[in-house]
Amino acid sequence: MKLLTLNFLTCAVKTCKTSASSFPLHPRDSELEIVEAEINVQFLQNILPRLMWEELGGLVNELGLPSLPPTAPLPSALVESKLQAPESDTTGLNIEKLEVPSQVARDLHRVLLETCIMSGGLVCGNCGHEYKVLEGVANFLLPAHLV
Amino acid sequence: MLPTPSTSHVCFDRVYEPAEDSFLLLDTISAPSEAAFLHDRFEHPPHHGPCSTPPLVLEVGVGSGVVLAFVAANAGKIFGREDVLTLGVDINSFACDAASKTVQNAIKTGSRSTFLDIVNGDLASSIRPHSIDVFIFNPPYVPAELPDFSRHNDYNAPRPGQKPTSFEQDSYLLELSYAGGVDGMEVTNRMLEQIPDILDPSRGVAYLLLCAQNKPEAVKQDIRNWGHGWKAETVGTSGKQAGWEKLQIVRIWRSTA
Ligand SMILES: C[S@@+](CC[C@H](N)C(=O)[O-])C[C@H]1O[C@@H](n2cnc3c(N)ncnc32)[C@H](O)[C@@H]1O
Ligand SMILES: [Zn+2]
Repeated sequence: MKLLTLNFLTCAVKTCKTSASSFPLHPRDSELEIVEAEINVQFLQNILPRLMWEELGGLVNELGLPSLPPTAPLPSALVESKLQAPESDTTGLNIEKLEVPSQVARDLHRVLLETCIMSGGLVCGNCGHEYKVLEGVANFLLPAHLV
Repeated sequence: MLPTPSTSHVCFDRVYEPAEDSFLLLDTISAPSEAAFLHDRFEHPPHHGPCSTPPLVLEVGVGSGVVLAFVAANAGKIFGREDVLTLGVDINSFACDAASKTVQNAIKTGSRSTFLDIVNGDLASSIRPHSIDVFIFNPPYVPAELPDFSRHNDYNAPRPGQKPTSFEQDSYLLELSYAGGVDGMEVTNRMLEQIPDILDPSRGVAYLLLCAQNKPEAVKQDIRNWGHGWKAETVGTSGKQAGWEKLQIVRIWRSTA
């Protein structure tokens, strides 16, 4: 499961929903895998306001990954321009300004969309219940006494 | 007509096979009138107001994944934007695996939408409140006794060291996909209770499939009685028999105006 998915999930126990500590869920004994995906800078720029930045930063630290910057980057920081002659130009004289993903964008893409939890647990900070992740699929089904 | 995603890798012995209900959902969501409604609600950049963020589409009960994959692959046509996020839930872990493959295959070429994951869960119980923009549910809607959930843990995964599944296991998993209890509404009623809590308060919209035995007129009236501007209208139908629609899609949304 992708780390971006955790931005939209919480503990399945009804009474935990109103408690701030039920979000985000805390990964435990996670086995991570990088699953490469094509970067989409426009998507990254648009999703920024939807990210719970501080909580994501906490998650990333708990997983022992390189820390996110303390505040969310501006959309403009996700692109940089590069001067380059188009491939069709054999003279190399017609230099053009190209917009390419910046390092910030590539790092964000790697964390949100390419870093996957393959197995381990997700623990609620409020009730302590642990949800298992097996073969990349999280199981949020509760035992009958918790429903 | 937009193409239907391939589900040829799915074993339908224990995962719901796309049927008339699934196709009615596809047709309704991609019909010009519905697409116009969705374009207007999610257009980017908007005519007025602040920049709008990528919509998050949640389907509960993904089964083979045919509906979510269709939305993911055709996001541009349906919403007027490609930067759409898709997320799915199913109570059946075999369906979770199947749907994940269906969606990934469908967006491999040509779609710029972003697939999150399929999680194994009960309805939308694990969804962060008010984070869903588009909600889709083709529930177990047949009036038939609910299966005995005490067996769920045993039946929800391949049994170690044994044949992948037994006949009883497969029957149980398929029962989950159609049996809806009294009036076929027991699972849907539990889902309806969660809808106001998971939908985005301003742009959230839900699509729910109902059959004639679900008493759709009463269901829609109950939703309108939630107050706070909640609306429910039939936006797609199929199988007209003697003036009765066998299946219909109800759109549930809030109008703040
Ligand atoms: C009628 S099938 C629809 C499948 C697929 N969406 C389609 O349209 O072809 C209903 C699905 O809901 C799932 N389901 C039943 N009860 C559920 C629950 N409480 N939570 C999540 N999924 C559930 C079943 O496993 C099944 O996959
Ligand atoms: Zn909890």
